[in-house]
Amino acid sequence: MVATKTYGADDFVQEISALPGGEKINLCIQCGTCSASCPNADKMDHTPRELIAMARAGMREEVLSSNSMWLCLSCYLCTVRCPRGIVPTYIMHALEHLAMHHHQTSPQTRTPVLYRIFSDTVHAFGMIPRLGCMMGYYLQTNPLRALPMTRAAVGLLTHGRMPISARKLKPEPMKQLKAVLDKARALGALP
Amino acid sequence: MKFYSYFPGCCMHEETPMYDTSLRAVATALDIELIELEDWNCCGSTPYTVVDELSAFCCCARNLAIAEKRGFDLVAACSDCYLILRRTNQHFKEYPEIKAKIDEAMAVGGLEYHGTVRVRHILDVFANDISRVEISSLLKIGLNGLKVAPYYGCQVIRPVPSFDDVENPQLLDRLIESLEAQVVPFPLKNRCCGGSHILSEENMTLRLICKLLDNALKNGAECIATVCPFCQVNLDAYQSTVNAKFKTNFNLPILFFTQLMGVAFGIDGKLLGLEKNIISAKATLAGYINKK
Repeated sequence: MVATKTYGADDFVQEISALPGGEKINLCIQCGTCSASCPNADKMDHTPRELIAMARAGMREEVLSSNSMWLCLSCYLCTVRCPRGIVPTYIMHALEHLAMHHHQTSPQTRTPVLYRIFSDTVHAFGMIPRLGCMMGYYLQTNPLRALPMTRAAVGLLTHGRMPISARKLKPEPMKQLKAVLDKARALGALP
Repeated sequence: MKFYSYFPGCCMHEETPMYDTSLRAVATALDIELIELEDWNCCGSTPYTVVDELSAFCCCARNLAIAEKRGFDLVAACSDCYLILRRTNQHFKEYPEIKAKIDEAMAVGGLEYHGTVRVRHILDVFANDISRVEISSLLKIGLNGLKVAPYYGCQVIRPVPSFDDVENPQLLDRLIESLEAQVVPFPLKNRCCGGSHILSEENMTLRLICKLLDNALKNGAECIATVCPFCQVNLDAYQSTVNAKFKTNFNLPILFFTQLMGVAFGIDGKLLGLEKNIISAKATLAGYINKK
């Protein structure tokens, strides 16, 4: 899993390479197929190709504080097209992880808040009850943003598609899962 | 009879209960036994892998360990669950250091996973494990003339090796044809619906949804068939929001492919949950449901 060659700025590249999928970052030939395939490249501060170039140039702050990786939909279209066998989606995930870990997430996007709420909910309940999650999310960001979306929520509610009480794991399996996840948390971030 | 372990995932208990009931009913008709994984937990989904990847892997590993004891293939119907479970399997095999950590965490819960479970998507099972002859023999109401846009979305076909072409998938097309419906060209059939970004990046995601609906409609589709709960929710529940935002007039039913199969097999409408589709498919399917 050792990078084939580094181009200066070793520390940041090392940090990315330490996360699963990140180790292929130095294989990139800057062809731009990822950027051309990305449905959201035009909304990003820096396209995926640029982001990789910047990371390898050691532009740590600019990369981690950009909105780019938070607009990645994990659709993997770049991944199936990359001629170098890189998984740009995993590099995006690695950058999201690092930005979150170092509290450098872009203020332009609410995706990090959403991801955090989803994750905490899974950790606590072993499930993602939507109603509670969405309420928590809108309260933590801006409740007014929920207004244009109420149309969809009402549609789901009136069609029996947003239950008030969610499925719960039985006490024993929940205890087991919690023990495993607490241990995972204690073992710390990958690798 | 064929046996599989079945991983419903959170969506089946939340936004898309009709996917669950319809796929179970269709499976029964096809002589497939889907045995629900006991005490399954959330797959962790993409957000968890970003925030805390090891915990996310452990979430999946617990499900996989339960499935491994049974020995059947593990079938997911949600494209994200499918991808995340497969990703765990792949990392488990490719990164010994990750495997070691997963093993250590799992041991605390008295669990063991050896990496032997094959994870599959329900589309893969219905399209590849069942012959077209079997499907034809069950056909009670051919969907002659119904124009369907086959929508795969992204994550169902992307994990390589994929069970279908990653750029121009065909299995859903063929399956719909075997119901005697007409498949319309749908160039955006492998494009992403935006997934959970509908909550954090509304404008961006609504635009993606609008493009998909527009593309299907312009090609003459009377409904869209989907294989993923997230796609169904985004295209169905947010269709009126798209209309309000872009001054469009979409009224396109978004059906799970299992609902279409169910209609063609003459399965009771209650089990298919057609009344749970927000954009009603009643008018579109009237000619077929009442034929019985």
